[in-house]
Amino acid sequence: MASEKIDVRYVAKLARIALSEEEAVRFGKQLGDLLEHVNVLSELDTASVPATAQVVESRNVERGDDVTPCLDRETVLAMAPQRQGAFFRVPKIIAES
Amino acid sequence: MNELVTRSAAQIARDVNGKRVSAREITAAVLQRVDETDDRLGCYLSRLNELALDCAQRADRRIAAGETLPLAGVPIAIKDNMCLRGTRTTAGSKILENWIAPYTATAVQLILDAGGIPIGKANLDEFAMGSSCENSALGVTRNPYDLSRVPGGSSGGPAAAVASFQAAIGLGSDTGGSIREPGAFCNVVGFKPTYGRVSRYGLIAFASSLDQIGPLTRTVEDAALAYDVMAGHDPSDSTSINRAVEPAANALREDLKGLRIGVVKEFATAKLGPEIDALYKRAYRELADLGADVVDISLPTADYGLATYYLIAPAECSSNLARFDGVRYGLRVEGDDVGQMYERTRAAGFGPEVKRRILIGTYALSSGYYDAYYVKAQKARTMFAQDFRRAFEHCDLIAAPAASSPAFEFNAKSDPYSMYMMDYYTIPMSLAGLPALSVPCGYAGTPQLPMGLQLAAPLFEEAKLLGAAHAYERATEYASKAALAV
Amino acid sequence: MTVKTKYEAVIGIECHVELKTRSKMFCGCANEFGGEPNTKVCPVCLALPGALPVANKEAIEHMIRAGLAFGATIPAFSKFDRKNYFYPDMPKDYQISQYDMPLTLGGSVGYWLEDGTLKECRLTRIHLEEDTGKSMHAGGGDGRIAGSAYSLIDFNRAGVPLMECVSEPDLTSAQEAVGYLEALKRTFVQLGVSDVKMEEGSLRCDANVSIRPAGSMKLGTKAEIKNMNSFRSVLRAIESEITRQIDVLESGGRVVQETRGWDEAQGVTHSMRSKEEAHDYRYFPDPDLVPMEIDPALVERLKATIPALPHDRFVRYHREYGLDPKQATQLVDNLPLAEYFDACVSASGNAQLSTNFVLGDLSRLANETGTPVYASPVTSASLAELIGLVEAKAITSKTAKELLERMWAGEGSPKAIVEKEGLAQTSDAGEIERFVAEVLAANEKAAADYKAGKTNILGFLIGQVMKASRGKANPALAEELLRKKLE
Ligand SMILES: [Mg+2]
Ligand SMILES: [Zn+2]
Repeated sequence: MASEKIDVRYVAKLARIALSEEEAVRFGKQLGDLLEHVNVLSELDTASVPATAQVVESRNVERGDDVTPCLDRETVLAMAPQRQGAFFRVPKIIAES
Repeated sequence: MNELVTRSAAQIARDVNGKRVSAREITAAVLQRVDETDDRLGCYLSRLNELALDCAQRADRRIAAGETLPLAGVPIAIKDNMCLRGTRTTAGSKILENWIAPYTATAVQLILDAGGIPIGKANLDEFAMGSSCENSALGVTRNPYDLSRVPGGSSGGPAAAVASFQAAIGLGSDTGGSIREPGAFCNVVGFKPTYGRVSRYGLIAFASSLDQIGPLTRTVEDAALAYDVMAGHDPSDSTSINRAVEPAANALREDLKGLRIGVVKEFATAKLGPEIDALYKRAYRELADLGADVVDISLPTADYGLATYYLIAPAECSSNLARFDGVRYGLRVEGDDVGQMYERTRAAGFGPEVKRRILIGTYALSSGYYDAYYVKAQKARTMFAQDFRRAFEHCDLIAAPAASSPAFEFNAKSDPYSMYMMDYYTIPMSLAGLPALSVPCGYAGTPQLPMGLQLAAPLFEEAKLLGAAHAYERATEYASKAALAV
Repeated sequence: MTVKTKYEAVIGIECHVELKTRSKMFCGCANEFGGEPNTKVCPVCLALPGALPVANKEAIEHMIRAGLAFGATIPAFSKFDRKNYFYPDMPKDYQISQYDMPLTLGGSVGYWLEDGTLKECRLTRIHLEEDTGKSMHAGGGDGRIAGSAYSLIDFNRAGVPLMECVSEPDLTSAQEAVGYLEALKRTFVQLGVSDVKMEEGSLRCDANVSIRPAGSMKLGTKAEIKNMNSFRSVLRAIESEITRQIDVLESGGRVVQETRGWDEAQGVTHSMRSKEEAHDYRYFPDPDLVPMEIDPALVERLKATIPALPHDRFVRYHREYGLDPKQATQLVDNLPLAEYFDACVSASGNAQLSTNFVLGDLSRLANETGTPVYASPVTSASLAELIGLVEAKAITSKTAKELLERMWAGEGSPKAIVEKEGLAQTSDAGEIERFVAEVLAANEKAAADYKAGKTNILGFLIGQVMKASRGKANPALAEELLRKKLE
């Protein structure tokens, strides 16, 4: 876990958060500092330790294939920042994938 | 102050069920108390007067019809990261500032069904990320014991509301200490049940594998009461535990005889200064005085808690908060294309702490770093669980500080890491999913401000934990030994 | 060696198939096609703050059955992961999918080509995930994303269960790719795990296509083709892409790794991304869902529910019964008819006659009346009985046809009709001789022609005898007696 210089612009792009120049510098430094702290984990020998995603181990929590009521459409669309008729409207999508 | 607002939840429920006072009278008194004090305290982001009175009327009618309700007429402060149908639910964020929830969280519904009265939606650090409530984008909450200080966080609003008699029960959520630390700062009981004990359905997620709803109350008995109402399996939350809940209200005790309580060597309080060190040493002695066998235990991973937590929680939050994208609800800042709209919306909608955590989490999950950071932290989490399992071979409960200092002044922690350090003692229990609480244990600093003792139990042993905390509280009565500033 | 044979194509297919369930993958909203926009949504599939997913058990069982049908391994342990990327019709801005521990691993899909050649394509995995909503691109650009001014989103499809089937690059032509997809489709439909309605977009596929010099082991650079929404477009798109890549190499260029969209109208693929943007999906285990431990007893129970598979049927019909590939395919694709056919074959022991009747006369009657064969009064048992009568030469094939029509009309079992009407074939020489005499008397010219050497007129005369006997005469005996009289 070598301390890396974080490409904060790339990370912000992945996270879809626009950063000002000032923020990029500030967050870049803060993330770097935090990663310094976090690097203490490299002291832990985890070679034979399994990863824990959830502390309380349960398995196979499933529901029956039953249909339940949906939300009322007006309630749904009333939340929309922008709607057009029965649809949510968004600005143009630049094709990516 | 109207005496009605000072009653505990258990007392209110007894009196309302016994028709000695109506839910309506209690509610009216509490609403008036909120009117009188909340301008100065800022506990609530939204007040629910009309709904509260409706609920009170319904409770009175049900009782008149012969029902007994566990929370009859009990005024509730709901942290504003829990959905309540028809009410503004903001998570303390600009991105949800005007969002009206169209459904109700399971835990909230259980409280309402039990006769609880929703007084308002209480302030929090934005998306529950913080330890002071200063990260709320929508309001400032002050510590009821010193208005120049923070109430703690992230459940600062409900903690301050309960402390200042603006509610009898606060519903909080705890991811790394967000119930226990504000509980300590506000001189109330803050209880985080075992991960998965209370449904998370309708709780706006911060870190899914750590988030847990729990009560903030003025007495341990009230914490047990609220817990007994909320705990249990919810088919809508896959991670909620499907196993019987031992009612905690029946397990409250008056002494600690026969209990072994472990004090974590690595949590040495000397580094917190002589006054606080002495305070915790006294607390451990008080436990022994009540009959507990106080023993030293070791938690070798203790010092790795923050690092582990500050990878796992941000990683999960970076994904959980992706949905706030300006498409379906919440804030939108327009852009020329959808990508620009996303970036502008999220730049304007999230505060700096939320952005920081999203960025660190995104980084920890990103290609090339996933194993080094995220997986490493998940393995460290396993070690925490193992350490605690070993520790509990030597004791029934663990005692530790709930926070490393009393409430601090606004803007005292400008460096993010020094703020993160506030959760040093609470994070390990969160990583292991353990039930843990803080209970008032005295005062420290100048002026003298409340401190909390943290007690933790093995998974699912909430009843034992609350039982012991009750004995400590009854014997010490620290909560009542300071005056409110309002 | 022509340019075409100088190269061989290497093709792998990834396809998404909607699972047939009543409700969505992680919530109780109805999994139905169509409907008013944004009416089949709830807090979970709209990703409202605080909502949580709970997995649909039926979808998981469908996955296991699909895997078992192809001989896949069902791992003892499986989990859901989050695939993180932003897209406006994906409500959570991550997709719940499976990354490194899918529900089924390996297996292979047997398929066949039009000429009956049997082929096999290995599966890498089949994993379970959720669908996104649907975007409509508006304000210019003819409904296409390029040039549109804005998009409109309907979230009704968001959260519908999908299985993603990933094949190994075992396919070598567009025809094979289509054969493979048809086999997937048939199998899923017959398992009841999906309706595979292409027109509703319930099977969508992408193809990874590369070419290499024939005989080479080294893989060429692949292009991923998207937007193929019918088997015909798969065929055309892959053919066109292979040709394009050959042209690139032949003109001294090199194929670049990229995503290409299929343009149905132009009949060409076109580059979808000018610069290859790195995808960083940040997969991690979904902390809102718990892992799955697959009970071997469940696997056994599901195994027992798997019917005879289309591929096995095809092999049996084509290789064992000798049906031509088209006939065999026709039967395979009509499961109730195939089951009817199988029942008839097993009752009669005669695949040839069963084929003739089922695909011949009975299918004709079905077409004429609009009643499917298997729902008609002609049960497989009564058809087998009829076949028995034909085999025993108790009736002539002409009588058999007549009987079938009467059975179809509901007149009862063939034996009963035969007995009642005296339609049994007769081999009584005396009786047939009378018919022969009658026919020769009425057809003096034909008899004379025969004697003059036009021996092929015998067929006509036999036909006349059959007609005179109302089909009952044993045709062989009639012929023998005719010859005797004429010589
Ligand atoms: Mg996929
Ligand atoms: Zn839904």
